[in-house]
Order: sequence, then C-alpha cells, then structure tokens
Amino acid sequence: MEKLKSLADLKKIREDAREKLDLRVKGDNPGGLVLVKVAMATCGIASGAKPIMEFFVEELDKRGIGAVVTQTGCMGYCYAEPTVEVQLPGREPVVYGFVDRKRADEIIEKYIKNGELVEGIIPVNYEKID
Amino acid sequence: MHLLVCGGTGCRASESNLIVESLKRELEEKGLSSEVQVIMTGCFGFCEKGPVVKVMPDNTFYVQVKPEDAAVIVAEHVIKGRPVQRLLYVDPKSKEHITDSKHMGFYRKQIRIALRNCGFINPENIEEYIARDGYAALGKCISELSAADVIDIIKKSGLRGRGGAGFPTGLKWEIASKNKADQKYVVCNADEGDPGAFMDRSVLEGDPHSVLEAMAICGYAIGASKGLIYIRAEYPLAIQRLKIALGQAREYGLLGKNILGGEFSFDIELRYGAGAFVCGEETALIHSMEGHRGEPTNKPPFPAESGFLGKPTNVNNVETFASVPVIINKGWEWFSSIGTEKSKGTKVFALAGKINNVGLIEVPMGTTLREIIFEIGGGIKNGKKFKAVQTGGPSGGCLTENHLDIPIDFDNLAAAGSIMGSGGMIVMDEDDCMVSIAKFFLEFTVEESCGKCAPCRIGNKRVHELLTHITKGNGTLADLDRLRNMCNVIKDTSLCGLGQTSPNPVLSTMDNFMDEYVAHVTEKRCPSGQCRDLMKYTIDVEKCVGCTACARGCPVNAITGERKGPHFIDQEKCIKCGACFEKCKFGAVLIN
Repeated sequence: MEKLKSLADLKKIREDAREKLDLRVKGDNPGGLVLVKVAMATCGIASGAKPIMEFFVEELDKRGIGAVVTQTGCMGYCYAEPTVEVQLPGREPVVYGFVDRKRADEIIEKYIKNGELVEGIIPVNYEKID
Repeated sequence: MHLLVCGGTGCRASESNLIVESLKRELEEKGLSSEVQVIMTGCFGFCEKGPVVKVMPDNTFYVQVKPEDAAVIVAEHVIKGRPVQRLLYVDPKSKEHITDSKHMGFYRKQIRIALRNCGFINPENIEEYIARDGYAALGKCISELSAADVIDIIKKSGLRGRGGAGFPTGLKWEIASKNKADQKYVVCNADEGDPGAFMDRSVLEGDPHSVLEAMAICGYAIGASKGLIYIRAEYPLAIQRLKIALGQAREYGLLGKNILGGEFSFDIELRYGAGAFVCGEETALIHSMEGHRGEPTNKPPFPAESGFLGKPTNVNNVETFASVPVIINKGWEWFSSIGTEKSKGTKVFALAGKINNVGLIEVPMGTTLREIIFEIGGGIKNGKKFKAVQTGGPSGGCLTENHLDIPIDFDNLAAAGSIMGSGGMIVMDEDDCMVSIAKFFLEFTVEESCGKCAPCRIGNKRVHELLTHITKGNGTLADLDRLRNMCNVIKDTSLCGLGQTSPNPVLSTMDNFMDEYVAHVTEKRCPSGQCRDLMKYTIDVEKCVGCTACARGCPVNAITGERKGPHFIDQEKCIKCGACFEKCKFGAVLIN
C-alpha cells in the first residue's frame, strides 16, 4: 500500500471501498453476494462466535453459496451472543441471536437459500446516524 | 410475507406464544401457511406496549395484540392488504395512527454515535472504516481548518468527557493548546475499571480507528505530535485490534510523518496498565505511564499544564474520542441538537445485573431510567420487582423507583445523589440487600485504594468494617450515625476522585433505603433475606410430621427430635446453610 498523499487520495479510496461494499449488497446486481457478519468482540467470542464463523465459512463454501463472511465488533446484544447479521442482496439486514450450529444451519438452509426468516431474530431498535 | 411476533420476556409474559399459535392456525385454515410465515423474534424493546407483532415487508407495527386478534390480522391485513387500524400504535403527541414502524418515536430512543461502526464494520479492515467516512474528519481538519477552528467546533458542540466527571472537552483542548512547550501529548484513557462496565472495550474492539482518528485530530488542535493509549493488559482483543489498526493507519499514511502529504505529523504508542482502578484517574494514569507507582497527585498543576514527562498533556476517555470525528463531519450544530441543555449528544451505557437485555446501548442525553430499563432493557429478570439501579460504578450511587423518570444527564444524576460515571448501569431487584450492595462496592474501593492518603486508605477500611458489623447483626443505631459521619469526612478530605466518591454507594443507599439499615440494626433482620448471619431457621411444630429428612440432611447435626415427633433446630449449632429448608416437603422449616 502506498501512502495517501492528499485528501483527494483519501476520497478516492473511500469511493472505491464504498463501491466494494455496495456491490455486495446491491439488489439489482444479479451477482450480488450474501453478506454474513459475525459479532466478534470479547462477549461474542466468549459465547462461541469463533466456531460459528468457521461454520459459516466452510458450510457456505461447501453448499456452493456465494457469500462474504466477515467479523465485526459488538452489536450490543450481549445477552443473545453469538449474534450474526445476514444481509441478502437487496434486502434489509437481519440480526439473529443465540446462533449455535443448529441455528446457523437453519439460517443457511432456510433464510439464505429461500429467504424464509427463522427464529432468533433480534429486531433493530435504534436509529442510525447516516 | 412474514409476521414477526415479539418473544421478549415481557411479551411472552403477556402470552405472545399464544398469538403465534393462533396466527398459525388462522393461516392454516385459510390455506396460507406456505406463503406467510410466523416467526417469534427477540425483544423489540417496546415492552410497554407489548405484545407487538410486526408485518414484513410493509413494516406495519401492531401493539397490545391479543391471541383473539389473530383472525382479524389474517383476514384484513394478510388477505385484503389493509392494516388493522385499531391495533396500530397511536402517537401520543399527534394522536395519529402510525402504520410504518420507521416513523415511530421509539426508534429514536437509541441513536448510535460513538457506537456507529460497532457491529457494522470489520474492525480489522481500515477500508471499511474509510468507506464510512473514516479519516475524512482528520483530512478536513488538516486541510481546511485551523487548530483554533477545531477547538471552536468541539467547544460549541457541547461535548463533555465521557469518562465520568463530564468536563467540557473543548475547554480541555483549549487549555492544553494555550500552554507553550516543545512537546505535548494526547493521551487516551482506556483504563476502564468500573465493575460491570464494558463500553470502552467494545468501542476499541469494534471501531479502533475512530479513536486513533480523534486522537490525531486532538493532536492537531493542541499542537501535539505524540499520542499514547493507556489500556489495561486484561483487554487482549482490544489491544490486538488496536495494533492492527495502528499498523494499517501508518501504512496508509494516516498516522506518522506528514499525514496526507501535509505538514502535520502524529503517531500513537500503546501503554499497558496492570488493571489498578486508581489509574483511571488522570494524574495516576500519567505516573503509571512514566513508570512510577500509579498514585494520584494534587491538581493543580493540571495535566494540560504539566502532564506526561512534565509536558502539557490532554487526557480524554475512549468514548469521548469516538464521538469527535462525527462532530467534525456532521457539524457541532447537529451534535448539540441532541441531548439536554447542559449535556449534549448521546451516552453509551453497559446494562448489567437483573435485567433481561444485558448489553450495550446508546441513548440521547435526557432519556429516562424508565425508558432504558423497562423499554430498551426489556425489564427485570423473572418478572421480579425493580428495586434500584446503580450508576457510575464504585463512585456512583443507587437510584430508586422515585428517580425513574428524571432525564439522565450529568447534572441531574449528580443532583439525585449518583453520578453519570463511565456508564455502567447495574440493575437490582427486590432480592438484593442494599446494605450488602454498599458493602460490595466498599470492598472494591478498599482493595483498589492506592494507600497514599489516610482518609481513603484507613477511612474506607473502617467503613467496610462497620458495614460488615451491621450485616452480621452487631450494629446499633449509633453505628449508623458514625457511618454517615465517616463517609462525609472521607468525601471531604481525600486526595483524588477515588476517595472523594468512594462513600457514595453507602450514602446513597442510606438516603434511599434507610429502613433496610434500621431493620438490620434494630430488628437484626435483613428484609431481602440476603444477610446469612441474620437469617434464622426454625421448625413449625404444627406442620412438622417428624419424617427426619431435615435432621438427616443437616451437615452439623443441629436438628434433634424423635421420629414421628416434632423436630427442633439448635440455633447455637446452626450454620444457616439452608439444607433443612430444601429437604422439608411439608413447608415446616421457616426462615426469618
């Protein structure tokens, strides 16, 4: 990585990075990927988020589903760890709590494959600032 | 189409599981069960108007739904596509029925500013941070704004220190900027130590770049080229993510020499603390970073004048820093439009204790305790009665039901006898003994006192002894006066914030729960049944059938009595383990 030399350089990186993020979630993009985010702060990891993340990475690959699995910080729902956010192309993201292997499997088979919601949803109850 | 039914504890208690069943039955009868799914979800945070049902994708939000309403929801909404007016939420101000839940005020109960990226971006990828306007504020500062402009923006925003004391951040920066020196320092206080508090850890683990960016902005504003993050060694994941973030920021030229090709240079180092509570006090923190004992010193001189290695130093808390880049990007007008008159913006709270939704929340200043505990927090566990909430950790106090409706900000909490503190919030229910709670916090202070000044070192120890005395049933009414006196002396004469605030848990519980203290000393009784030494097990001879189960279960052979005759407990021998109480099938063992 070359060092950024100006504010313009930073803006260019921002546009590129935004495009990359958008590509994943844009609905009108037929090749849109499924985005899976696993909350991996201390609370999540302590409740078993690491094997869940591995499970998603391996199983989505095995079942031939184009998806990006990434880690993120604490979503704030520490009572329901491990928590996982799944965003299907063109849809609002959905957060699932208490995700064990069984529920993870259900999320892949029902929600990711067919768009059917499964139990364990944590409703959004806050306002985003942007 | 999906029908989401709230399965939070509050809604379950008002039979939301029956709503799920009746909805499923209705759909089955109409032959729609393959097209419409009924899903039970976690808490919507709207327990006050529960049970709630949300229809997706049209976002219709029904409140106070009863199992009988399932038929009308299916017939009207699912089949005919018409929202059921009478079940819609009615806005208390405009009296309008609200169809789309996005327009409901309750979404505005939580606004995530410091937590804006937590749980949203990958904290180990700088580009995701940049995509969310990361480092744009730093770029704006160094290319468009003067140092004085930056300070002016922070001052006008009304941002106050989130570490506890609530000192105006802009003013702090201004003082540090005015002091002339060849080297100045920016310090981030990440020595989070209140029991039950984990806000700073979560910010560092979820969004480390926001803190790095803000420190560089602060460096630009006060004229410092070096930053230090003082973080406790028991936060290994936060440390690891900070290291990754530092490496990436340097690689991209966003930290280091000539940031973004300009004149300004700034770099950050990590310093590890061994986890002493007193090191969260800024002078003790600075001494610890210098390699000395973590002991506080008198202020003045303030760190802004003579801090790290005797140079002007600006110390801010993690959450304070995390709010800075947004203020620069969105303007001080936006930030100061949120919150109360004297406390602007939002505050992150770590909800813990006997509450259903333990976790991290961020609410505008001015939100009430009731909204936080009963709506966002989902109420008290197991349907118990709310008793008190402890805010501000060992330096804070316990607030009661009478305080539930005061708008939370720095000044209101102080007026109510507690403090904002760093944002720990421990909820207690009817089973908690307030004398024991005060004792717990004092135990913590006794352990964490650095020992430098006598009032804190000796006084807190004595206060703890007196509290132990009371919980053992040896206290007198005179002891209560002595307790209050001693607390006031410690408050007035201690050197640093730790000692000056350490009696708060005792004083606030004495103010709000004096009856419990009195019961402990006069009746030798613990109203919540928590103080073991005050418990007395007896056997009701009327109910006792003489089965001998209790006597066989007693580990110290304190129970005597003939088979088929009444039994007795020898109070001298009894160790109050409760084994007899559990063994008795006839309810003959009594606790008082």
